[in-house]
Amino acid sequence: MTSPLVRIQREDFSLQDEIDALSTGRADIGAIVSFTGLCRDEAGTLAALELEHYPGMAEAEIARVGAEAAARWPLMGLVAIHRYGLVKPGEQIVLVLAASAHRRPAFEAADFMMDYLKTRAPFWKREHRADGTLGGWVEAKADDDDAAKRWEQAP
Amino acid sequence: MSTATATAAAGTRTVRIVYFAWVRERVGLPEETLDIPADLATIADLVRWLKARGEGYEAAFTDEKIVRAALDHVHAKPQAPLGSAREIAFFPPMTGG
Repeated sequence: MTSPLVRIQREDFSLQDEIDALSTGRADIGAIVSFTGLCRDEAGTLAALELEHYPGMAEAEIARVGAEAAARWPLMGLVAIHRYGLVKPGEQIVLVLAASAHRRPAFEAADFMMDYLKTRAPFWKREHRADGTLGGWVEAKADDDDAAKRWEQAP
Repeated sequence: MSTATATAAAGTRTVRIVYFAWVRERVGLPEETLDIPADLATIADLVRWLKARGEGYEAAFTDEKIVRAALDHVHAKPQAPLGSAREIAFFPPMTGG
């Protein structure tokens, strides 16, 4: 596999466009698993999420996670796109695509990418509340650390 | 500061330090270029030195175990040697994805 495609961008992305870019003109891919993370409205209390990131390190760290996935599973393509700036409820935040000859490596690699992207990629979310006030910084969840630790056991 | 300035010729080096999210807000700066004592060996040593610089730093690093660090764009533990890192980052646990 060529190196993972990593993009950090303010603008939205299109799942179909990314799948097309990955698969057009080739017939060896048997499975593409996609994960799309969306902004929730938290029962109507959230106006937007503000995503801060560390330019340079965000790209580098996601690329390192992608390289680990590519070393671990027989992948034919790997894409990770993460937005920054203001994202409103219902809008997309993150996309991961993993392509392989068969479904199992594609599912597992996409799952691995998201678990590590949440705990290692330098992004921070802050809430903008529907009542116009600025909420706090979202706290990291122990669940996410536990999810990432699953992959530390021998495959 | 006067100590650091006085020994500038003898043993300091210049690094860029960047801060993110609530660490940035508490320090009050997104980034700064500082002459740090060359004898600061680890990230934990640098944190202790920064905390002596003022209230903002003290507030940012109140719980040193929470704040994460990176050396030249690579995650690093508190006991990691600073080595020849040119850019040192401090930030809260990540909440992307």
